[in-house]
Amino acid sequence: MNASQERLPRLLALVPYLIARPGVAVDEAAADFGVSAKQLRKDLELLWMCGLPGYGPGDLIDLSFEGDTISVNFDAGMSRPLRLTGSEATALLVALRTLLDAPGVADADAIRRAVAKIEAAAGQAEPAPVAVGLGVREGATTARAREVVQSALRSQRALRMTYYTASKDEITERTVDPMRMLIVEGRAYLEAWCRRAEGVRLFRMDRIDDVTVLDEPAAPPPYAEQTDTTAGIFHPTPDQPVAQLVLSPDARWVSEYYPVEEVAELPEDRLRVWMRYADLSWMLRLLLGLGGDVVVEAPESLVSALRERALGALARYR
Amino acid sequence: MDRSLEHPGAPTGLPSASRARVRNVSVVRAERLVNLVLCLLSTRQYLPAESIRKIVPGYSDAPNDDAFFRMFERDKTELRELGIPLEIGRNWSFDKVDGYRIARRDYELGDIELEPDEAAAVALAVRLWDSPELTGAAHGALLKLRAAGVDVDQGVPAVVEPKVRTTEPAFGPLLAAVQSGQAVGFDYRRPSPAELRGRTLEPWGVVSWRGRWYVVGHDRDRDAPRCFRLSRIVGDVRLLGRPGAVQRPDNVDLLKFVASTSPADSHDTSTVRLWLAKHKAAGLRRRATVVEEQELDGEPGDVVELPVLHTDSAASWIAGYGPDAVVLEPDVLRKAVHERLLAVAEVT
Repeated sequence: MNASQERLPRLLALVPYLIARPGVAVDEAAADFGVSAKQLRKDLELLWMCGLPGYGPGDLIDLSFEGDTISVNFDAGMSRPLRLTGSEATALLVALRTLLDAPGVADADAIRRAVAKIEAAAGQAEPAPVAVGLGVREGATTARAREVVQSALRSQRALRMTYYTASKDEITERTVDPMRMLIVEGRAYLEAWCRRAEGVRLFRMDRIDDVTVLDEPAAPPPYAEQTDTTAGIFHPTPDQPVAQLVLSPDARWVSEYYPVEEVAELPEDRLRVWMRYADLSWMLRLLLGLGGDVVVEAPESLVSALRERALGALARYR
Repeated sequence: MDRSLEHPGAPTGLPSASRARVRNVSVVRAERLVNLVLCLLSTRQYLPAESIRKIVPGYSDAPNDDAFFRMFERDKTELRELGIPLEIGRNWSFDKVDGYRIARRDYELGDIELEPDEAAAVALAVRLWDSPELTGAAHGALLKLRAAGVDVDQGVPAVVEPKVRTTEPAFGPLLAAVQSGQAVGFDYRRPSPAELRGRTLEPWGVVSWRGRWYVVGHDRDRDAPRCFRLSRIVGDVRLLGRPGAVQRPDNVDLLKFVASTSPADSHDTSTVRLWLAKHKAAGLRRRATVVEEQELDGEPGDVVELPVLHTDSAASWIAGYGPDAVVLEPDVLRKAVHERLLAVAEVT
């Protein structure tokens, strides 16, 4: 994409935007367009050189500046934004419909009205080339926990909860300050400031065993930042150990289900993977559960720990 | 064309002398394109390229005909890529060449006003995508809605915020192929029975189901509708044939097609009895009911009842706990766990 391909849509939208908001502040307009105030001024400067054939004073786009606010005196015929492209309409309408699919969505009616209005303005699109189903599976316990969590989010109150941490296989009591509820890859999470861990944590909704809303307000510290989910939920860190595993065909799903660092195809459809793990007990549970469908090549400490657990268990089946 | 002379209200902070001479190429081009759009929007007549060359500032920079036509072709392509409906036609039957214009009714977004709760839904929708292709398009739509006067505050908190990611390299090419109605070829690795082979598909759409992306279409080799998981596509997606050749059937529900081919949720549970070491196996305990306390090999523990779905997945789950969880009954599950543990001991 070249510079004008990014800039031209903004230039074409700017004049109608200003017409709709006479006297808007430069900073506010810049924020709405996702550019710096400096860039916005450059755009205005450029538009002010454009206009209708003749290109005399009365033909050119005329903007007036008062202090830090802008108004349009003459729009040269550019009074409405360009219609949505097929891709734009798809991206927005499919996203809106996906919201309807989220458990506990509060404003389904508003979403449907927004879809209808955008379809009416954008023109009925072709059948969308993209479809999304969140497909969140929710048992009765999880549905109840989710309702409590959502009511705490609405009333901005803290929560007390019993939470199962799968990586450590432990159940803990925590007081948390809820920030938002997320749905990522078919799973629902509560993002909250955990007072015990003194950090922002993502709690899987189906691992909240018990939860109550507290009287005290939710008060995440001002420096509590939302988690960046663009790279997924589990972020391996370089200080975590790496397991080198060979997966038989029946265990290949592991490489699709868990984040792996590297994958190499082996003969007989086996797969060698390198996988980081945060907790030894978690990795041992995974490996024991996979039975003989996985061979651990490294590290040696993992091999011996696994052997010890397997032999210990076998002694109980005699 | 230095307007600062006649324009006392000029934007502040502009250099005073003739700016036109120092502006760089991309500014000149952006300015030319805006002028071209304004010119074609304002004309009812089709304007031939030669007239546009004379009228629209910037084209006179072209040193010769070749340079002009290259410039003009590039500009037309860019306008079309932005979705600007460029009309081509002749004003009179005796005109020798085609001309261009933009019909205002096709160019302009229709009137739209959103209530605050509708605008909040739009703000949330725009945040749904974690995808280079779809995030960009959603922001493009937001820009235009804002330009149409809709106020969308992106800071509004939501009670539930879904996210949809596209990380598979095949996503972009497949979406583009669906949009252009073009067939594709790719290598696909099926996990079990394991197989890597080339596929030829007439794609109808891309589908995200439970966080995984699929492409649905007519599989030419099998002559039947099929879906393929994007993460299992190996290497590049190749475009085959001409754009517009693929027709999507009217009655196909992409999402249903994918959802119905993935494994159904089972709700038939059976109850099994386990021994769990005291204070261990929390993951099993949170789903289980303690029946009685009991020692095993001199170690304190509890006998519990646990509802499970499938013997296979339950065996993996329980075997994971090693010596901390022992199946008492049924026998079939006890054997399944025992076999897993034996196999681990054999390969380590």
